[in-house]
Amino acid sequence: MLFTDLLDETKFSLSANKSRSFLTILGIVIGIGSVIAMISVGQGATSNITSNIESLGTNLLVVMPGSQRGGGGNAVRGGMGSATTLTLEDEAAIKSAVSGINNIAATVSSRKQVTAKGTNTNTSITGVETSYFPIKTVEAQLGSLFTASQTNSRVVVLGPTTRDDLFGVDANPIGQKIKIGSQEFTVVGVTKAKGGTGMGSSDDLIYVPLAVAQQYFTGNKAVSNISIEVASADQMALVQQTVTDLLLQRHKITDAASADFSIMNQADMLSTISSVSATMTWLLGAIAGISLLVGGIGIMNMMLTTVTERTREIGLRKSLGAKNHDISSQFLAESIALTFIGGIIGIIFGYLASLIISRLGSMTTVVSINSVFLAVGISALIGVVFGYYPARRAAKLNPIDALRYQ
Amino acid sequence: MIECNNIKRAYKIGDDEEIVVLDHVNFKINKGEFVAIIGPSGSGKSTLMNILGALDRPTAGQYLLDDKDVFTLSDDAIAEIRSNKIGFVFQSFNLLPRSTVLRNVMLPLIYNKVPKNLRLALATKALHDVGLEEERWSHLSNQLSGGQMQRVAIARALVNNPEIILADEPTGNLDSKTGEIVLETFRKLNENSGHTIILITHDHGVASHADRVIEIKDGLIISDKKNN
Ligand SMILES: Nc1ncnc2c1ncn2[C@@H]1O[C@H](COP(=O)(O)OP(=O)(O)O)[C@@H](O)[C@H]1O
Ligand SMILES: [Mg+2]
Repeated sequence: MLFTDLLDETKFSLSANKSRSFLTILGIVIGIGSVIAMISVGQGATSNITSNIESLGTNLLVVMPGSQRGGGGNAVRGGMGSATTLTLEDEAAIKSAVSGINNIAATVSSRKQVTAKGTNTNTSITGVETSYFPIKTVEAQLGSLFTASQTNSRVVVLGPTTRDDLFGVDANPIGQKIKIGSQEFTVVGVTKAKGGTGMGSSDDLIYVPLAVAQQYFTGNKAVSNISIEVASADQMALVQQTVTDLLLQRHKITDAASADFSIMNQADMLSTISSVSATMTWLLGAIAGISLLVGGIGIMNMMLTTVTERTREIGLRKSLGAKNHDISSQFLAESIALTFIGGIIGIIFGYLASLIISRLGSMTTVVSINSVFLAVGISALIGVVFGYYPARRAAKLNPIDALRYQ
Repeated sequence: MIECNNIKRAYKIGDDEEIVVLDHVNFKINKGEFVAIIGPSGSGKSTLMNILGALDRPTAGQYLLDDKDVFTLSDDAIAEIRSNKIGFVFQSFNLLPRSTVLRNVMLPLIYNKVPKNLRLALATKALHDVGLEEERWSHLSNQLSGGQMQRVAIARALVNNPEIILADEPTGNLDSKTGEIVLETFRKLNENSGHTIILITHDHGVASHADRVIEIKDGLIISDKKNN
């Protein structure tokens, strides 16, 4: 049997039973489509979280108050950054005593209600030193960032999302007044968008000078965290150790296990989070894979029915000189064609679904070439695996019995 | 060309019981003969035809086709014999439904890999040989009358130009007038193109069209003689 004859026979018999072929293909379309869409959601979440973390800056260590490991049963552990053990003096000590540091900046943060000419929003207020901006590569889009002379002034720099919420999309609010709680501030700048949404986004917040934030919002000398930009990646571990030792000594703690601060390493965080989200991606894909399996069983079901229905035809073809492998390749070709067509349409549907999810659900989705190859590979495999048994069964039919079959 | 040596065919029924459908079948058929095999229903004619057509293995005995012992060959080699040397015509036509006359007639050609550009010419010739009107060729097989269907089936059996045409009760589903036309077709094929024809029937009137009649009863050959 020539390959072109195989294609021709396949086309003929699939179109002879259009509605059945359609439903079988639909099963595969749903299976492949949901695999693609689910994986795109998982990978979108991964890339979103990753870009949020990367937008924090490079070679970053963040010192946070509070115990690192639930310190031996004493006291209830506070929420992240809620303890008040870290101070500006600690920052100064690190700055003068530890080498290998490019830049260091303490911040305090709190959430407050913010109003501006009739609009209002609830957002994160971050008190920063001027050294904070280069560490996090924050740049001004409008106006300017804080200068050294503004460290005690009532001025704010807005994140672009907060600016949109308060003044309207792409408005220029420089010189306008806003109220944070009951205090009035003047807008001096708007930062450039850094991308990323949700938790950890650096686009939806308001920067105020650190001293001003301590005076009006937190009311004490504590800081929420200290960001340290290390000179190079290979000095990260050493600097982390030196800072730990220094702070333990300053806080008069002998046992490192009961430290009243913790140091977060950006690289560690990235790898932890990306392994978590890779697991999530696989999980989503596997759940969708179940519908692909159901689609495959649909193919097997259809092919077995077809073989039974066409028993006489198989006997006839054998009497006309068809070899066993002519018969089996004919049925195998039909099931592969079903999965192939279903796979292609499924990829298109999965892609469209991921676009719709990212529009309606306002989350990032990423359709990667790998997930497309994965889906195509799986669907081809399904065609072969689930088509093989019916095809063999057809080929093994005894021609006499087949011809007699009613 | 065809030689049956002591062919036996028995079917197992249950564990140790068997029924013998053919026994001690011996005959030779030469190239170009027109032979009828006649016998009452259940006498084993179809069983014999399936063996002659290399579709069914005898329980014992030897079947030689062109001096080759057919059932010692591999499945693929036997399929090739069916493809190249034998054309079947069945009582119930066995055409592919929902397929055109031409598609049905060209079906055997895909199994012996005849190039596509030659197929139409071969099918056309076969359909002319059986005398089916050209306007029917693009009709679906289930839109034809019984006589037309059987002529399509004969054309399909002819299209590979096989040496042997095996017809099992080819007129069994036809009225006597269309039956005559089909039998005339076999006669012409035998006389004009030299095909060996083996016609299986229970009807003496049908058998009288052949040159030689082999009579079978209860699986045994009881006579083998020339028609005058
Ligand atoms: N697969 C089978 N199993 C058991 N008995 C069979 C089978 N096929 C045919 N027979 C028996 O063999 C005998 C001859 O059948 P068959 O060759 O079809 O006769 P004919 O064509 O002469 O009418 C019948 O008695 C039939 O019942
Ligand atoms: Mg019979």
